[in-house]
Amino acid sequence: MAGAPEALVEARSLTKHFGRHVAVDGIDFRVERGEAFGFLGPNGAGKSSTMRMIGCVSPLTGGELRVLGMDPSRDGPRIRARLGVVPQEDTLDTELTVSDNLAIYGRYFGLSRAVIRERTEELLEFAKLTERRHDRVDPLSGGMKRRLTIARALINRPEALLLDEPTTGLDPQARHLLWDRLYRLKQEGVTLVLTTHYMEEAEQLCDRLVIMDRGRIAAEGSPRELIARHATREVVELRFPSAGDLQAALPRLAGVAERVEPLADRVLAYTGDGDATVATIAGNGVHPASVLVRRGTLEDVFLVLTGRTLED
Amino acid sequence: MPTTALRVVEREARVFRRLWRGTVFSAFVTPVLFLAALGLGLGGLVDEGGGLVAGLPYLVFVTPGLLAATAMQTAAGDALWPVMLGTKWARTFHAMVATPLRPSDVYTGLMAWTALRITLSATVFLIVGAALGGVPSAWGVLAVPAAVLCGTAFFAPLAAYSATQHTEVSFPLIMRLGVMPLFLFSGTFFPVEQLPGWARPVALASPLWHGVELARSATTGTFDGSGAVGHVLVLVAVLTLGWYAGTRTWARRLAG
Repeated sequence: MAGAPEALVEARSLTKHFGRHVAVDGIDFRVERGEAFGFLGPNGAGKSSTMRMIGCVSPLTGGELRVLGMDPSRDGPRIRARLGVVPQEDTLDTELTVSDNLAIYGRYFGLSRAVIRERTEELLEFAKLTERRHDRVDPLSGGMKRRLTIARALINRPEALLLDEPTTGLDPQARHLLWDRLYRLKQEGVTLVLTTHYMEEAEQLCDRLVIMDRGRIAAEGSPRELIARHATREVVELRFPSAGDLQAALPRLAGVAERVEPLADRVLAYTGDGDATVATIAGNGVHPASVLVRRGTLEDVFLVLTGRTLED
Repeated sequence: MPTTALRVVEREARVFRRLWRGTVFSAFVTPVLFLAALGLGLGGLVDEGGGLVAGLPYLVFVTPGLLAATAMQTAAGDALWPVMLGTKWARTFHAMVATPLRPSDVYTGLMAWTALRITLSATVFLIVGAALGGVPSAWGVLAVPAAVLCGTAFFAPLAAYSATQHTEVSFPLIMRLGVMPLFLFSGTFFPVEQLPGWARPVALASPLWHGVELARSATTGTFDGSGAVGHVLVLVAVLTLGWYAGTRTWARRLAG
């Protein structure tokens, strides 16, 4: 490996079984230092199991994994000392105060009280929780608890922050504030590894991502590359008054775009030029209840690759 | 004990500092009330009747019994619901193992914290018991480590078990059908010789009986070498087997 830049995480044929259930089915990926790397996929795709293996809490069933150049099965505590973990469900000490939570967590890493005190100031500022520092955690809003969990995960100045579904369950405003904080971390050079089933989150935050489905990686690339490779620049969404009308219209939609994808409630037409496609559709005598031209997204990439939507 | 486990003790101490008011009653006041009611109230009656219990005034008999039995109760309480809280309800133990701490550190640290609290409450109890006249021998100070050994011998296997559970339904049963009968019938309030013949071996198999006997030989200053060593060996054996099981069940629960 001399000369080659060392990957922060490197996985080969990574596999995780729970009894007879195969959660992660032999995946390969590399996370480079300083990038924001995402695992995008629906619930049950194997994202969280993968994260728990990277975080050195869940042993591998098979394959190889190196984190920070070390072997999780041998060097778990040493690796974890240099990671920050934001789990899917909050694991805060809700009976205690905001600053107590940071202090306790800092002590798990063996940090001195002086260091913890100094970092607490910074982290409270970062998480916009300075005013709430002496409050108990329990009554805080979901967004505040998430920000505290992220602040807590940063107490050891980790080289990488692992975030499992960081904004699931938050309202849009809280989600945007969180994205803003994560974006700032990325600017500061912290490597982010995150899982999400929100394509918007993946597009906003990830430099590079893999799309996971049923324990496997379906595609890999930057959001823009993936859209260019698997979807199209624009997508025309057609809605019909009933499923019968939708079925009836399908023969006349054949060939109006590069690809026509019928779903339960709508038809998607993948095209380089939305307006031209809309005109062709009208020319074919199809009159949907509504027509929407939008740009292609990662949601479309997932649909094209798996035949299902991310929310399924 | 590894320093990583000490960080768990430190966390428990910090939680305790916020929440200690809720636990003072069960840890300090209740045992002393028991001691007053049984040792002085009931004991007065027993002693007036002219009988010594196992050759001892009743207060002297019951003080070490209550000491060890309270240690068992503290340990059992710590080993059941708080484990469900940390593994499932609040998931705070999962937060610990995402740091350099390992599952065995969490388990061992919690056990050490329980031992520390038993040390504290046993000391207070012993001072009160001595002031009332229930601790005739200076060897009585050794009743504190006896109580700690007895408590951890319960904590280790019970916490090993509770880490395998995903609901708390069995916990009240363990308290009512396991801990409570042991509390009453392990030579705590009366000698096991009073039990019907079939029940005696059950009582002698209970770790609490060994803890009570050990504490009693300390407070009365009547160590007979082999007896005390036997009790210590039994308790250490239960503790070791429990700990062996616990390090495995905790690893499975927190690092699956």
